[in-house]
Amino acid sequence: MILLETKALTRTYGGVVAVSKVSFQAQEGLITGLIGPNGAGKTTLFNNMTGLDLPTAGKVYFKGKDITGHSAHKICRMGIARTFQNIRLFKELTVTENVMVGRHFKTGRNVNHGRTLTAVGSYLQMNREHQQVHAEAMRWLEFFGLEPFANELAKNLPYGHQRELEIARALATEPTLLFLDEPAAGMNPHETASLMATIRRIRDLGITVVLIEHDMKLVMNICDTISVLNYGENIANGTPSEIRGNPLVIEAYLGKEEE
Amino acid sequence: MLNFMLLILIYTGIYALMAMGQNVITGYVGLLSLTQAGFLAIGSYTTAILSVTYGWNFWLTIPVAGLLAAAFGVLIGLPTLRLKGDYLAIATLGFGEIVRNILNNWDSVTKGPMGIQKIPMVKVFGYQLSPYSKWGFLALVWVFVIVGYVLFDRLAKSRMGRALEAIREDEIAASSMGINTTKYKVWAFALGAFSAGVAGSLQAVFTLSVTPGSFTFMVSIMVLCMVVLGGMGNFKAVVLGAFLIQFISYFPQLVGLSNVIPPQFKQVLFGLILVVMMIWRPQGILGREIRGYKPSKEKGGKR
Repeated sequence: MILLETKALTRTYGGVVAVSKVSFQAQEGLITGLIGPNGAGKTTLFNNMTGLDLPTAGKVYFKGKDITGHSAHKICRMGIARTFQNIRLFKELTVTENVMVGRHFKTGRNVNHGRTLTAVGSYLQMNREHQQVHAEAMRWLEFFGLEPFANELAKNLPYGHQRELEIARALATEPTLLFLDEPAAGMNPHETASLMATIRRIRDLGITVVLIEHDMKLVMNICDTISVLNYGENIANGTPSEIRGNPLVIEAYLGKEEE
Repeated sequence: MLNFMLLILIYTGIYALMAMGQNVITGYVGLLSLTQAGFLAIGSYTTAILSVTYGWNFWLTIPVAGLLAAAFGVLIGLPTLRLKGDYLAIATLGFGEIVRNILNNWDSVTKGPMGIQKIPMVKVFGYQLSPYSKWGFLALVWVFVIVGYVLFDRLAKSRMGRALEAIREDEIAASSMGINTTKYKVWAFALGAFSAGVAGSLQAVFTLSVTPGSFTFMVSIMVLCMVVLGGMGNFKAVVLGAFLIQFISYFPQLVGLSNVIPPQFKQVLFGLILVVMMIWRPQGILGREIRGYKPSKEKGGKR
């Protein structure tokens, strides 16, 4: 089943066409890779799908519903979470607090269903709610083995752990679809290997994963299906082995062979 | 001398209320707003007009003052919160000046530059507080400060506090975590305005008269100084900042040098404090509160 798709999505900045009529699909339960040379429009496509940017033309559908132009927090509440290419943690908050922020819309009035209608009511329930949110946050930290750092400020974490924390924070929103924007960027081979295992574990939780990545070893190993962008256009879709042999993809990455 | 110290402490309390409100806006959401003088004025004039012209009891005017200021907070917040940094500061500074100019010129309601005199004194449990009963006033004001502190401190540690801090740290990431950033920014503005409105109410019944001249731009700057000096994002620190700034601004009178040191000296000093703090201790005297979470051992509201 198609969980998310874009139909002829176009985003232009003045005269520059960043994304041109891309029809992208993410199948439920699979890991979909989105690859392409630098400047191909991958992150722009991500931003358009997660509500951080507004497409010039085209539509985005999630679970069959048109979500084009919805604000980022609404899209997140529908079950789409994401990480960022340049890590965007809440640096001055502790590791636990970062994940607790991810629980934001799952707590408060949103879960109490009117039992606590007033600010006073939620105020009185704060301690109980706090315990609950904290416990849930700790569960996600344990998923990534980050619990020894629970009370560190996020900015003091080593780089690899910061990446993991960002994923933990996104998972805390209990998404059905997770976007990872270059999760392995700046990681050493050992960290990348552990990241691959993590992404598989996330898929095994029943979460659909879409990832942008330049590390071909990672992409070819864990992705079930791959879409390739070049100069804003979708030039190929298929399984890793199909993509590996596709002449258009090879040309996009390595250039055309001189006759 | 004792009387003078009491006066300083009373004003510390009034300003601490404003500074705590400013702390929500600047320390938690990270917005540089300069509106507190305007909200203080709205609170003061609400109490003055309601009790002088309409004969309301002071205790009834306080919530009205707070809510009216908060309403103006929302009103000014909605359009200006699209702005960031310096631009927001300039826009909000304009708001404070607009309020003062309206008070100066709307003669039929505010009595213009003369202001409103003869505000009735407050009665607490049948006991009348005149401006001369400083101990009584001190207690009244600090009850408000303590209640405000408890409420704000718990708010800061709640889910909303986390959301506000997330917005300060990274607005884009916060919105991607399902936080409605606009809603929370407007809320922060309303809360900040509410506490300034209540502070204005207290100031009106303490001085028993209100004039537009006492709500200048300097008030907003002083409040901002208190937050920066004490420590952004820390309500205890902000109260400390309020005391230090008040102490400094009354220092010439306190040591009997008020005819040697001109009153303008404090403006120079506040500027100096801001510069020195930015260079040597940008986090303020006490700095931001960092909360460690210890799950199994924690009990009740303790962290």
